[in-house]
Amino acid sequence: MSRILKHRLFWPVVVLVALLLLNLVFTDGFFRIEMKEGHLYGSLIDIFRFGAPLILVATGMTLVIATSGIDLSVGSVVAIAGALACMRISDLSDQNSVAGVLSAVGIALVLSVVLGLWNGFLVAGIGIQPIIATLILMVAGRGLAQLITDGQITTVQSSSYKLIGGGYWLTLPFGIIIVAVVLALTAFLTRRLALGLLIESVGGNAEASRLAGISARGVLIMVYAFCGLCAGIAGLMISSNVSSADGNNAGLWIELDAILAVVIGGTPLSGGRFSLSGTVLGALIIQTLTTTIYSIGVPPETTLLFKALVVTIVCLIQSPAFRAKVFHRRRRPVPASTAPEEKVRVSA
Amino acid sequence: MAAPAPILRMSGIGKQFPGVKALDGVDFRLLPGEVHALMGENGAGKSTLIKVLTGVYDIDAGEIELEGRRVAFSSPLAAQQAGISTVYQEVNLCANLSVAENIFIGREPRRFGRIQWQTMRRRATEILSRLDLDLDVSAPLTSYSLAIQQMVAIARAVDIDAKVLILDEPTSSLDADEVAQLFRVMRRLKEQGIAILFVSHFLDQIYEISDRMTILRNGTLVGEYLTSELSQVDLVGKMIGRELADLEKLEARPPAREAAPLVEADHLGRSGAIEPFTLTIHEGEVVGLAGLLGSGRTEVARLLFGADHAGTGSLKIGGEQVNLRTPRSAVSRKLAFCSENRRAEGLIPDLTVRENIILALQAARGWSRPIPRRKQDELVDKYIAALNIRPANPDQLIRNLSGGNQQKVLLARWLILEPRLLILDEPTRGIDVGAKAEIQRLVAELSDGGMAVLFISAELEEVLRLSHKVGVLRDRRLVAELDNDEGLTTDTLTETIASGARS
Repeated sequence: MSRILKHRLFWPVVVLVALLLLNLVFTDGFFRIEMKEGHLYGSLIDIFRFGAPLILVATGMTLVIATSGIDLSVGSVVAIAGALACMRISDLSDQNSVAGVLSAVGIALVLSVVLGLWNGFLVAGIGIQPIIATLILMVAGRGLAQLITDGQITTVQSSSYKLIGGGYWLTLPFGIIIVAVVLALTAFLTRRLALGLLIESVGGNAEASRLAGISARGVLIMVYAFCGLCAGIAGLMISSNVSSADGNNAGLWIELDAILAVVIGGTPLSGGRFSLSGTVLGALIIQTLTTTIYSIGVPPETTLLFKALVVTIVCLIQSPAFRAKVFHRRRRPVPASTAPEEKVRVSA
Repeated sequence: MAAPAPILRMSGIGKQFPGVKALDGVDFRLLPGEVHALMGENGAGKSTLIKVLTGVYDIDAGEIELEGRRVAFSSPLAAQQAGISTVYQEVNLCANLSVAENIFIGREPRRFGRIQWQTMRRRATEILSRLDLDLDVSAPLTSYSLAIQQMVAIARAVDIDAKVLILDEPTSSLDADEVAQLFRVMRRLKEQGIAILFVSHFLDQIYEISDRMTILRNGTLVGEYLTSELSQVDLVGKMIGRELADLEKLEARPPAREAAPLVEADHLGRSGAIEPFTLTIHEGEVVGLAGLLGSGRTEVARLLFGADHAGTGSLKIGGEQVNLRTPRSAVSRKLAFCSENRRAEGLIPDLTVRENIILALQAARGWSRPIPRRKQDELVDKYIAALNIRPANPDQLIRNLSGGNQQKVLLARWLILEPRLLILDEPTRGIDVGAKAEIQRLVAELSDGGMAVLFISAELEEVLRLSHKVGVLRDRRLVAELDNDEGLTTDTLTETIASGARS
């Protein structure tokens, strides 16, 4: 039991289960999964489906944060990738042509990788602090997306493109399959191959890693490029789901959700260690929370406040220092006459 | 000089940090009108003593008397107000303000709340002229050299009615002319009866300016001496000290076989770090580097490993001309470097012992060719056993190990690469006697097996015991290269370090 309690993913799992149970109380048949027209339907499936882009972005972000960096530009890359793909498709004579859509998707993803390389170059090549280096693209990228779409919301009528974010394959939403593939690939690269060790080493002590013969620069550039690629795929998913590209609002603030997911999943912002499964859990917690807000009927004008409250509580529960304090106080019998304020002072 | 009553007396000073006794029963006194040098290797307790004196730290034991009154300063400001001013190595002035503003900052002459610029400039000029300095006091401080800035800092310190002036390595970034100028100022202050506490790593400067010196070693007092009565050789000997060899003696080192040269550095140098040096290391040879701290020992190692870029000269490895641009290219040529700075340049604290050990090998193989888990376990278990790493748990985080065991893990990291040249920078510093002996024995075994070793240590006996050849460094210059024959003793080494040439 104590080993389960000590597992680093114990608390994220507890939070996720608690959120799901809360939903069960408020929503009838929340856990029901049905088969309709050969597709799986249900609230749980929806959480995965709508959470897919966030999981993708957070996966890339996990590796960046593991090198003790951060990538603020993912939201902009999401918008750019969607915008470029939609522009290319809308130029096609036959928007449903598979080859045309594939080339549009390919070009968008290549651009995403290039944008990631640019971030990596600024961070590792020039030595700008990651938060500043990626802030450049975070701001400029929105402009770039606007430029691609001429400031309009570009809509497309392509059933092939629609598959990425809104389609089904083998009874599952296609987005979930993409996420599963990307996650499996990332896990393979980092945990089966040695990339994870090198990333953690660079994040833990960059100078020592350099002296051990690791090309810290190469690792950093690769990680930022990968993060760009993940954001690009997420961008395609988001724009495909609504069959349109909105340079202004696609992926807006997704970088903050992604960072939050990484942190909830137990990867420290100081880098050096990362947990992919933790990040997936973190992203699912955030997505479930969003669903919960609708299902339990929180008034729309207070949703952000509600979200903030829950996130604060989640982070506090996760903090060993905070838990130690709370449990410490619980174990020690406190005289009944002591006022609550004084109790806090005693335990501090 | 008749000994007047000391202006400052510290007695029985003790200071404890977690796990370390930084100062233990140190006595120190300062007479008015003298320049008193505080000597000792790094970690001897010099800066701790200064910080205790100026109120940065509390003392755990002992007492401080200023002009016969017992004092205890709660902050550097309180010390300053009592007449103890400190000028640090890094000038802490506002470079964007004018010279006069810097001297009077926080205590500008005012009338009706308005600053009297005229008066301020006049008085600043006066203060500086007392130190033989003729400056335009309304010019910004940045327009003057570092030495002048330092002297402005001194002028400011002295003008706040200082009785004691502490100069903590003021000369480390000055050139010879600037040092001479600083010394003129110091002599002028001395005539005015100010007591000066002077810290410097440059022995020649100490002998030029100081009247008296106090030597510390490992947080304890070695003694107080008149500079004129202590030779440089004795000084170095007292600073370094002799550790009693409670280690079993290694059998006499067999002379290095006539082997092919492995590393040939020809006038390799880097400006500001190390003067060009020429050094050849043969296969199976242990070359020791001796010298005081800051003499350029580490800089030699870093150039040979490609951790820094060489500015001049050339380097051959195995007869082949190479240009080491990164440590990575050095590792691919089977060079290995164990840094003296374990924490900053060696350990990856969040990784396990196993991961830290395989790191360099994995880096050499690249990320796409992982070391199979079984091979990892085999290698790691082998070296944990061979080096006696404790606890013998490969999945322990390395930051939970003791210093000596961390050092052994770092050694293991390089040994599994089977390097041709192993550079060890202070591998035995800060570790206990047992681990020290194990590491020394290991070095001897490795070199017998054909590996070349560059061994850097502040402990001369250790260098002598292991090396076939000793390079001596002084003031960032390789001044001598001595064969380790019967004629070479720690005394001759000490002498070479002190004087710069074998006598």
